[in-house]
Amino acid sequence: MTKSKLIYQNNPSPTIDQVGIFDRIDRITSRSIKGTTKIEGLKMALNMVDLTTLEGADTDKKVIQLCNKAQHLHDAYPNLPNVAAVCVYPNFVKIAKESLVGSGINVASVATAFPSGQSSLKVKLLDTKIAIDAGAEEVDMVISRGKFHEGDYNFVFDEIAAIKAACGDSRLKVILETGELGTFDRVRKASDIAIDAGADFIKTSTGKISPAATLPVTLVMLEAIKDHYYKTGIQVGMKPAGGISNSKLALQYLMLVKETLGKDWLTNQWFRFGASSLANDLIMQLVKQDSGVYQSKDYFSKD
Amino acid sequence: MAKKTIKINFDTGWDLSPAMENTSHIQLHNQYELFIGGKWEKPSSGKYFATTNPADEKKLAMIAEANEKDVDKAVKAARKAYGTVWSKMPAKERGKYIYRIARLIQEKAREFAVIETLDGGKPIRESRDIDVPLAAAHFFYYAGWADKLDYAFPNRKPTSLGVAGQITPWNFPLLMAAWKIAPALATGNTVVLKPAETTPLTALKLAEIIQEAGLPDGVVNIITGAGETGAAIVNHNDVDKIAFTGSTNVGKIIQDSIAGTPKKATLELGGKAANIIFEDAPLDQAVEGIINGIYFNQGHVCCAGSRLFVQESVYDIVLRKLKDRMENLVLGNPLDKNTDIGAINSKEQLKVINNYLKIGQEEGAEMYQPNCKVPSKGYWCKPTLFTNVSQSNRIVQEEIFGPVLAIQTFRTVAEVIEKANNTPYGLSAGVWTDKGSKLFNVSAQLKAGVIWGNTFNKFDPSSPFGGYKESGFGREGGLHGLKPYLKF
Repeated sequence: MTKSKLIYQNNPSPTIDQVGIFDRIDRITSRSIKGTTKIEGLKMALNMVDLTTLEGADTDKKVIQLCNKAQHLHDAYPNLPNVAAVCVYPNFVKIAKESLVGSGINVASVATAFPSGQSSLKVKLLDTKIAIDAGAEEVDMVISRGKFHEGDYNFVFDEIAAIKAACGDSRLKVILETGELGTFDRVRKASDIAIDAGADFIKTSTGKISPAATLPVTLVMLEAIKDHYYKTGIQVGMKPAGGISNSKLALQYLMLVKETLGKDWLTNQWFRFGASSLANDLIMQLVKQDSGVYQSKDYFSKD
Repeated sequence: MAKKTIKINFDTGWDLSPAMENTSHIQLHNQYELFIGGKWEKPSSGKYFATTNPADEKKLAMIAEANEKDVDKAVKAARKAYGTVWSKMPAKERGKYIYRIARLIQEKAREFAVIETLDGGKPIRESRDIDVPLAAAHFFYYAGWADKLDYAFPNRKPTSLGVAGQITPWNFPLLMAAWKIAPALATGNTVVLKPAETTPLTALKLAEIIQEAGLPDGVVNIITGAGETGAAIVNHNDVDKIAFTGSTNVGKIIQDSIAGTPKKATLELGGKAANIIFEDAPLDQAVEGIINGIYFNQGHVCCAGSRLFVQESVYDIVLRKLKDRMENLVLGNPLDKNTDIGAINSKEQLKVINNYLKIGQEEGAEMYQPNCKVPSKGYWCKPTLFTNVSQSNRIVQEEIFGPVLAIQTFRTVAEVIEKANNTPYGLSAGVWTDKGSKLFNVSAQLKAGVIWGNTFNKFDPSSPFGGYKESGFGREGGLHGLKPYLKF
């Protein structure tokens, strides 16, 4: 079957009420996650982490170290699940691939003039191609927020669709950079555009600006995913990224997923955390459940 | 091609482990006497009745039953305190006592929350996050008014009434006691209060706090008993004002009894609130509002949004979203911090609700309940929806006072306003739309005392609360709540 070119339909998005979103989040954060629920949740969260390094100071060596960390999270604790992926800049994809051979851990690459997205489609497509050619299984792109704010939804849609086409079999995560969108209504609009344009995942943030991921913004995006699922039967994944550094918050995200999208999304196939320091906190909490002591960070390798 | 039914699977296998609130810190006596004139007095009848935990049917304490004689004693104590101390005290001193009560409630908030949950069956999340903090907030709010009454009603000279007889219901025991006592004290009146017989414990704990706060003897008297005790308060000659929250039937009896007497009254009675969802509403948040509207406190809420009106174009979506949301409501031990739906307050009330479930089905309505486990002991009712209902159905017309929602659709604004107002009640309503002008247009035409826009069941001490028609009269809360306790 040949794929016809996707055309932006400009369907109206449902309205979002901020007070109601906060009310719902209050109910989620008041859930008390204890005992086996907590242990299972911590393991599930760990398995959903995209271990990330996106710094100007990244080096080959640092990426190799991160890949080693991904495969040896904390060997003193047996049967820990693996993280889902390692997320790097395109020029480190090759070395990450080599370091992760046989581990089952994916390599994700940011692309499209990450994090600002301030470039031409030509450069963005090339950026994507470099990542794909180097073997990235997942691509994290940013949308053109300027065009979105100008109301040029066609442009944003077409750009995402073009990048998606360039991704081939690799999965595309579309970063909305919700911290720059301003309102929940706009977050919903951007989510709908990204989903309709073929995103495999929608993602909150680059992690480079504040606020990054929040529970309320994630709820708005999960509802967009849910409405799309009911309309088409097609699943879209969700990735909150940035600012999720402790286990308690991660568990609240999982509770939000559980009560919004249920079982089918509670897997790293459809839900990810973009985070650099979360994995260690999850491990520290898991060790604490066994030993009863929350140990010093010095007992856990940072990368 | 056969269309695959798309369904979200909420059976995740990642279930919530029990997270019980600790009960070891609470202090309950085996037996409670009557709080009259600052002392704990035995009932002259010598009779006691049990108050039980509706979640496990176990007895919590024995409670004194006050008869006419005890009521007379309490009213006399209140009259004496009014004449000798409370009406003469400088207003700002009165305020200090009320502030003290508020602070003591905050200090003992956890204990109050646990006892409220044990005695009434409501989820600890609600008693902890709503009932107790709001009760404290009411005392704080009215403490502030005590020395500012002249500014509340400019160019009029407000004076207190005397002795207020107050009767509170079992759905929000502590909070309703706060709604009644705080404005009465702030305006310089003294009080005889009777809590509901199934849930007297937090009012009695409040009596302990009032003692601890050093309130002059007799300013607040708290006596316990059932309907007859309440009737004795209403019919006592030396009571100047009756404040009642409860059923419309009892409200009518009270109004009948005080007709022709100089007694003032405020009655806050039943309701059958319309919750109206327009097609342009924020639907996911409206669904959350529907849940908060009808399943808050097991639907034991006089302002519960028990009649849902959904614009026909979004009916299917709203119903689907509502059912999805209900899959995640946790029913069970009210002391579990994850419980959303607690126990039905009493065996009698459960019988009433179950009877309505039967009536609804017999009337031809379609009943829906999510798959949730129900504990073997105690009184429970699953969250329930009725679809395919009409205005002529009893489950649409009568107050059920349980977690039961009746859903109808509508096409035009005029139609929904007519349906919403076509009820003997008029306590509250909710309107959901993204359009401000529509919100104001509709709410201006709804005959209800409280109307929420894009939210439901939100309370604040500064906001007046009360009804139209058979939902009662008079306002509690806010500046309006001072007036029923004053003469000019």
